[in-house]
Amino acid sequence: MSEALEETLHETTPPTPNVVEARDLRVWYGTDRGPVRAVDGVSFDIRPGEILGLVGESGCGKSTLGRGLLGLLPDGAKMDGQLRFEGEDLLALSKRELFSRRGSQLGMIFQEPLTRLNPLMRISEHFRETLRTHNKGMDKAEIDRQALEMLRQMGIPPTRYRSYPHEFSGGMRQRIMIGLALVLKPPFVVADEPTTALDVLVEAQIIRILHDLRQNFDTSLLLITHNLGIIAEACDRVAVMYAGRIVEIGEARTVFATPQHPYTRELLRSTISLSTTGLNFIPGSPPDLVEPPSGCHFHPRCPDAMAICATRAPVDRVHAGGTRAECWAADRAEGLLDDLPEADLAPLKQEEISVADEA
Amino acid sequence: MASASGSLPRYIVQRVLMIIPMVWVLITMVFILLRVAPGDPVSAAVGDKLSDEALDARRATLGLDRPILTQYFDYLGSVARFDFGKTISDNQPITDVIKNNGGATLSLTVGAILIALVVGIPLGLLAGRRRDTGTDAVIRVFGIVSYAAPVFWVGLMLRHLVAPTGWPTYEIASPITKFEIEPVTHILIVDTLLAGNTTAFLDVLQHHVMPCVVLGLLLAGVLIRLVRVNVLQTLQDDYVEAARARGIPERYVVRRHAFRNALVPVITVIGLQIALTLGGAVLTEATFSWPGLGGKLIEYLIARDYAGVQGIITFFAIFVVLISLLVDIINALVDPRVRY
Amino acid sequence: MFGRLLTPFRQTTGMARWILLTGLLITLAYVVLALFAPWIAPFDFNQRSVDGVKFDKLSAPSGTHWFGVNDQFYDVLSRCIWGARTGLHVVTLSVVFSLVVGVPLGVISGFIGGWLDRVLVFVMDALYAFPSLLLAIVFAFLLRGPLGGGVMAAALSLTVIYIPQYYRVVRNTTVSAREATYVEAARAIGAKNGTIMRRYLFGNVIQSVPVIGTLNAADAMGTLAALGFLGLGIQPNEAAEWGYDLSRALDDPSGVWWTGLYPGMAIVLLITGLTLIGEGLNETINPTLRKRRLRKVVLPPQDVATAMVEENR
Repeated sequence: MSEALEETLHETTPPTPNVVEARDLRVWYGTDRGPVRAVDGVSFDIRPGEILGLVGESGCGKSTLGRGLLGLLPDGAKMDGQLRFEGEDLLALSKRELFSRRGSQLGMIFQEPLTRLNPLMRISEHFRETLRTHNKGMDKAEIDRQALEMLRQMGIPPTRYRSYPHEFSGGMRQRIMIGLALVLKPPFVVADEPTTALDVLVEAQIIRILHDLRQNFDTSLLLITHNLGIIAEACDRVAVMYAGRIVEIGEARTVFATPQHPYTRELLRSTISLSTTGLNFIPGSPPDLVEPPSGCHFHPRCPDAMAICATRAPVDRVHAGGTRAECWAADRAEGLLDDLPEADLAPLKQEEISVADEA
Repeated sequence: MASASGSLPRYIVQRVLMIIPMVWVLITMVFILLRVAPGDPVSAAVGDKLSDEALDARRATLGLDRPILTQYFDYLGSVARFDFGKTISDNQPITDVIKNNGGATLSLTVGAILIALVVGIPLGLLAGRRRDTGTDAVIRVFGIVSYAAPVFWVGLMLRHLVAPTGWPTYEIASPITKFEIEPVTHILIVDTLLAGNTTAFLDVLQHHVMPCVVLGLLLAGVLIRLVRVNVLQTLQDDYVEAARARGIPERYVVRRHAFRNALVPVITVIGLQIALTLGGAVLTEATFSWPGLGGKLIEYLIARDYAGVQGIITFFAIFVVLISLLVDIINALVDPRVRY
Repeated sequence: MFGRLLTPFRQTTGMARWILLTGLLITLAYVVLALFAPWIAPFDFNQRSVDGVKFDKLSAPSGTHWFGVNDQFYDVLSRCIWGARTGLHVVTLSVVFSLVVGVPLGVISGFIGGWLDRVLVFVMDALYAFPSLLLAIVFAFLLRGPLGGGVMAAALSLTVIYIPQYYRVVRNTTVSAREATYVEAARAIGAKNGTIMRRYLFGNVIQSVPVIGTLNAADAMGTLAALGFLGLGIQPNEAAEWGYDLSRALDDPSGVWWTGLYPGMAIVLLITGLTLIGEGLNETINPTLRKRRLRKVVLPPQDVATAMVEENR
């Protein structure tokens, strides 16, 4: 990340310390064909009490990023870069130190609540285990009190405290999971597609709970989803991810109103509402993360692609409105590319994408 | 338990009702098979010992001169009353045979299962935890070889090894013990305790060691494999990752989540192996001249005593089915997901 | 298609591969012994003398008799080698018979359903629950009379035990495949039942058979030995059978260890070999157990990444 940008970032950021600061994060997996660059140089900040939405297609690396922040990557994945949590570099910690932060400082809410709870353990036992791990001396009564209070806030009646997971509906299980993640009051929580497995009505309830986290718990949240509607409802800022990179990040309202990056624009256009008459879609399929397209990864599918997009990766810049994006077309629109040769700015000849690559 | 306990009796009744047809199928199969053989049972068993009239008389007493369907229904009826008929060779009611010899087989089987649990479960858990390491390889090979090695061979080899030390390798007890102890439950080891005779108890215990170890190793081999696979699968389960995400230390995660969940099906597994255990018990009894039902079965096989063979096999069939019923019930009590 | 079949093998880690290879090697050795027994074994399986001179009964291993002589005047080494032939012969026959009966029954039963399916499932479950050794005993007992004490009788006694296993697996796979969308699609374009069974279901179903087949073969070998031990196997002068030799060894005086050790080891090694193949196959084919080979990944330093991009200018 360039120094100039770093400065700009600090200028626009208020003086209160960030909960999370990520710089040039990379997470690569090893496979037979070569390393998969699931996360390929991602930088962002999260302020206390803020909800940052992370949106993108399947396979863009957002789940990997979420897990990487907590150190929950599978064997064979390597992470590097800088990850500061409340000032401390998480990547420099030993495994044990990272472990002790999980749960109490860093929380995680997973996608499928059904399988995330041990079917042989009662809910009470789940809470006891979590609380006791981080507060060794706490007595049973205090544990139960805190757990029941958390469940109450999640809308789970105390009579169900000693029930087993399979006795709850999907929505209730997710609320229990959120409760388990929050009971230790961590300052930062990652929610990885928390409502994808739930129906729409339940989804609304869960999103409301997540949205109110800020008031009730002062927790910062990284909300990973592919659903733009949720972002619009619940998030303060949004980061759009494509092929392992954040292509645009800014205040949610601004990004939705004036998207700088063509991908963001296409995403917004492809959402369906009651007024939709024709289906818009982005042709092609997500790129191969082992050998991503050269230059800007989005260029094969971008309606605004120019010659330069295929040869040079665009520079991360803060644009009008405060949004940060990396896109040559956006730069050109702001008049920043005037000194480049015409050849570079000519529209890119793209291959006809008639059939999705996966077929 | 959490679920409505009032329906447990109903569940049991449901299972019993499902068991009955299965038992009926097994009994019918045994009956058909043993009648299908050419020649008649009586001459096969004692043909060379009795005169023709005596043979006919025997056949009449055993009801073998009546039409086969009548015989079949008679047989079903008597089995329902727990009367398994009489042997041909020595005219003994099979129920008596079961009573006198069942205890020895029972103590052998129980001892073997205990040894299998003590050896098999820890090794299986260890192998699953340390997948693909040297420890895992050694344990797996041990498991495979334990199962591959025939009980009669292991018994024979152990016998050769142990012979110089004078450790007992035959029978269930010394003649003195057998003479002294009153058969109350007909399970010798229990009877020695009831009689308060410590020397006799130790004597019987000593005799139990070799056969139980041999049969136990066989079962342990199977158990190791099953437990290991279970552990591998539970370690990949989602709730394990979720627990890690909450900061639960790895050793607790492994012990309280993976191992515990991996062992829940162990009871079912043991129950399912009861068939294997019975087969192994028959062979073990042959190897160690153990006075159990297996030994008796072989006696009747050699004597071509159809009634004896039929009676004992029918009893085994019912026993296996009852055990599987018991296992189902225990499973329902232990696993909260089984709704009843 | 062959390439696709082989990908699981290439993806596994060392462990599963080792297991598979070791098992194959061991089994192959036995196959060689079985096929070339007449040339490899020093004596015939029921040979008691050479040039009119009887073998030394119960003599210890020596230069002429590497594994010694047993109490029936047979050379133990020869009996072991010939035993491989008998064992593999019987086991192959029984596995083939079980397959030929069990697999088609399973496919038909699973596909057609109805009362036929229910009855068959019931009977097969009952058979499956029953102790396999006892079933084998009953059948061996019965077949003794009409078929004598030969290879065919032994093979048939074993067949019955394994039919339920193939039936079950094949039937269950068929039932779940039957409801699969591609079958529905095939029906939608008018494919006949027979075609569907043959083209779509058979291939899927066939996948689990090799694992079960090898594990069954291992089990069958053990059961055959057990039958031989109980005297229900093959007569000693018809063929050499390890289990029978072990039953004789049981009564040998203590100190005579060679009559029991070698036939027993022969059994253990073969069953182990077959089981290793089965387990190795299982780890390879079963995707949940398969552990993908992890490649080490080295992240290039940050500057290199940007430098590469600069080059593309």
